[in-house]
Amino acid sequence: MLSRTASSLYWLGRYVERTDFIARLVEATVRLDVLSPRPAGEAAWASALAVTETDTAFAETGRSITQAHVARFLTLDTSHPGSMVRSIDMARNNARAVRTALTKEAWTGINRAWLIFDHRTSPGAQGAMATLNLVEAVKAETRGFEGAVHRMLRNQTTWFIRLGQAIERADNTARLLDVKYHILLPEGERVGGVVDRDQWTTILQTVSAVTAYRWLYSEGLRPANVIDLLIARTELPRSLAASVEEAVEILNLLAKRTGLHGEADRMARARQQRLQRLRSGDVIAQGLHQFLQGFIAENDQLHMAVGRQFKFT
Amino acid sequence: MRLSVDHRTTYRFSSPQARLTQLLRLIPDGTHDQSVASWNLHVDCDARLRHGRDGFGNRTTMLYVEGPIESIEIAVSGEVLTHSSNGVVHGAHEPLPPAVFLRATPLTTPDADIAAFASAIPDGDPITRLHALNLAVHRRFALDRGRAVAGRSAITAFSQGAASPRDMAQVFITAARVLDVPARYVSGYSPVCAVGAGRPAPHGWAEAYVAGLGWVAFDPCTGLSADEAYARVAVALDSAGAAPVAGSRLGEGEEMLDVDLHVDRSGQ
Amino acid sequence: MGMRSAFDEIMGQAGSTTPRAELAALGNWIATTPDAELRRRQQSAEATFRQLGITFAVYGDSDASERIIPFDIVPRIFLASEWARLSEGLVQRVEAINAFLHDIYGERRILSDGVLPPDLIFGNPQFRPEIAGIRPPHDVWAHICGIDLVRTGPDDFFVLEDNARTPSGVSYMLENREAMLRLCPELFRDFRVAAVDSYPDRLLETMKSVAPQGVAAPVCVVLTPGHYNSAYYEHSFLADSMGVELVEAADLVVDDDIVWMRTIAGRVKVDVIYRRIDDDYLDPLVFRPDSMLGVPGLIAAYAAGNVAILNAPGNGIADDKAIYSYMPEIVKFYSGGEPKLPNVETWRCREPQALKYVLDNLADVVVKLVDGSGGYGMLVGPTATKAEIEAFRAALIAEPHRYIAQPTLALSTVPTMTDAGLAPRHVDFRPFVLTGSKGVQVVPGGLTRVALKEGSLVVNSSQGGGTKDSFVLMDDGAQPLEAQTQTQSQEQTA
Repeated sequence: MLSRTASSLYWLGRYVERTDFIARLVEATVRLDVLSPRPAGEAAWASALAVTETDTAFAETGRSITQAHVARFLTLDTSHPGSMVRSIDMARNNARAVRTALTKEAWTGINRAWLIFDHRTSPGAQGAMATLNLVEAVKAETRGFEGAVHRMLRNQTTWFIRLGQAIERADNTARLLDVKYHILLPEGERVGGVVDRDQWTTILQTVSAVTAYRWLYSEGLRPANVIDLLIARTELPRSLAASVEEAVEILNLLAKRTGLHGEADRMARARQQRLQRLRSGDVIAQGLHQFLQGFIAENDQLHMAVGRQFKFT
Repeated sequence: MRLSVDHRTTYRFSSPQARLTQLLRLIPDGTHDQSVASWNLHVDCDARLRHGRDGFGNRTTMLYVEGPIESIEIAVSGEVLTHSSNGVVHGAHEPLPPAVFLRATPLTTPDADIAAFASAIPDGDPITRLHALNLAVHRRFALDRGRAVAGRSAITAFSQGAASPRDMAQVFITAARVLDVPARYVSGYSPVCAVGAGRPAPHGWAEAYVAGLGWVAFDPCTGLSADEAYARVAVALDSAGAAPVAGSRLGEGEEMLDVDLHVDRSGQ
Repeated sequence: MGMRSAFDEIMGQAGSTTPRAELAALGNWIATTPDAELRRRQQSAEATFRQLGITFAVYGDSDASERIIPFDIVPRIFLASEWARLSEGLVQRVEAINAFLHDIYGERRILSDGVLPPDLIFGNPQFRPEIAGIRPPHDVWAHICGIDLVRTGPDDFFVLEDNARTPSGVSYMLENREAMLRLCPELFRDFRVAAVDSYPDRLLETMKSVAPQGVAAPVCVVLTPGHYNSAYYEHSFLADSMGVELVEAADLVVDDDIVWMRTIAGRVKVDVIYRRIDDDYLDPLVFRPDSMLGVPGLIAAYAAGNVAILNAPGNGIADDKAIYSYMPEIVKFYSGGEPKLPNVETWRCREPQALKYVLDNLADVVVKLVDGSGGYGMLVGPTATKAEIEAFRAALIAEPHRYIAQPTLALSTVPTMTDAGLAPRHVDFRPFVLTGSKGVQVVPGGLTRVALKEGSLVVNSSQGGGTKDSFVLMDDGAQPLEAQTQTQSQEQTA
């Protein structure tokens, strides 16, 4: 396979995953906002900006942190590289470049998600409902794409898409968790109180894990368990452990096909082994933030190693 | 005349390059008026060199370097023995007929000013007219001793008061073609008209075709025919086509070019 | 001047109400299939094309990626005997084109013999001095030609244009046939139609046949400018159907005069490149130094004989409109015989006599830019407005050397579905001719383009033209087809 093709497929995977993540994040934040007493809603949107590391970029727009402004910034703002519309645009550009490697179904999923944004710069009144409708529509298409990829031939084409998704997903989940851990509760709110619970539930919702949590933990909502679930439980597809495992598996498949093992394989396996030995209790005790920052940096390293190993540039 | 040449071209890159591919026109060919006594091309890094000829008959060298590479020095040195021929070129490798050298290129497209300048040359026999044109270009410009601006067209050059040897040669060939005379750009070496000490560069002049005589060399930098003090290396439709180095690199950042050149004549 | 009534490919001479005897079955099919049904099938075909993404981009059109070329359901049909004569003419023409390119970049006998004025070649931007002296592997230059033909009567075919650079449209030939097989299977029972689906195999064979000497299993690729190019669908279609990689310039690297492509498992040597990019963008070291596109060193690898490039760089001189008018002389010079396929009469406006005639008859002629394409920069006298004619008059007087003119021909028609039902519309035809190391072959089929506007003679897709399937019959009482379409030259240029 051409290196350029592999690179496009990989980035397609990353951008689709990123689009989906922003959609989920916005959706969960709308809920958190609705549940929160004013002015706690502002904190919800501030945290959404922090998760996507776009708080500074947003501040530069000079707008106040309100539902309308932040939701628009994260979904429809074409001047903001981290918005959904820009992510899906990048996904589609990469998909176009490898159009013939994709099935019609997979291409259609991307193209339809892109068309949702075509000529759409302001979602009308931009109320919560309009925002929810928008993200719901996008999620439906990215789910369709995901399904289509799983129905494609199990070959290098799908592996590179899934590798991109796995690496993007690991990054997104780590950021999500890191931010919650640092959001201060509004004054007067107690840890374990209503607002605190709502914030943890929001995280579970963002990674589609509310029900999974109930299945895996019998003791009700506890932050330590949520952290355990998101970091260490391979049963949850969006956990760090599952994402890391998937990256290793896909790299193995690619190595078998090309007959070449490289630094990305070694790095991914080493990371998986470290994560397997890890106990989430220790992570909390020793500093979750530090751990997550280290993980994100390591994930970046793996991303670079993938690029070198498969000669993307 | 014995001309000894020592020409070093150094490229430095602000960040390492993954790959360099260069087409070099740095090796002179023998003619009846010039024989190459010795000539060496040396590159200061691991590189693959492949020799060939381009469509104009010039000797070329493809240079391939795999990175990471931060700088490269390409050095040529040698001696060329020349004989006086009053500027007429004899016995050069000529795969193309003179008529090819009537066409304009993006760098040698005339505008109304150049056309008027050319048309103002009085009628006369061809060689007299070409000498007149050469002198007219020579008088039109002050010699710019700075480094020639890469990619400057004849039109742009003509609008300036000062011109590099390359610019003058390009104005000459553009104007000669307006007069329906085949003309071409020549790159090579000459101690005549050496530009400023700090900014040496290979020389550029022109050749025009005169029926019955053949190709005749003119250097508008001196206003005279190019004589035995010139070692010709490459000819083409314009300065870009005869450039000593045409390169392409894969990598980010800037490139800095440094040229060191000594051309000495060592007597008869 | 009013248009003379035209020969109809199906009905025969103008005014005929019954189809030509050999095509009675098609007449019957047209008569018995309701228009609504024909329209339904046509729409079904177009819906498929849209889904497949068989689109093209019109420059300056913002909806470019959404456009498909309209498809017409009524095929145009060649009798086996007609096709046999046509094929002979095409083989002769393409052999001459190859011989001409070989000569003009080599010895230039045709100039020393005084057949062509030298300035026509040397002053022509399509003559590329940069590659003079290079011999392509196996001395094949024009591997893939699309020769545009028009017809004015039963035996009257004329060459309108020789496309010897990167002719496109072959994907339409194949996709139109797929659509017809699916939607109108009954026609393939009524007629024995020569198959076109072997084209990708033939093309791959052609590519492999011109690989540099000594390469046992040549690696072939298709080189595209990328997915923003208007013909990208065709590039990917051809690469996929041949089972070779579709590469962009950035996927290729030249090292030590050898071309490599960059893959995830390291670099792989490339032996044959079917390029669908212009000469200007092949190699920035040789052609456009300002171009960021292209493969640095590609021409050096080609000159060293380490890679075959289809079609060869420099081919533009063979299909240049200024050269076109000399093609009869060129064919004669290299084949030693009379051209079997004539040119359309052409006035070279660079010649004062011709210019005067053209200026005096602007309302009756077609004027073309020598270096234009795609139907741009063109005047069709009989349908032009006064203002358009005057604009061209001024342009002709200012720069006569840039123009040629031709008479307005009564191009043949084929019944075509219109809003008002079936009606005759003018067509042209582009057959595809492949030249490998073993000779020239004509693929039995091609691209029929149809001017959908009533009376219009402009068939270009960028100007609202459509396409039709083109049937080549395998028998009509004449000898079997195989022997004719696979004509191989015995005296192919050495």
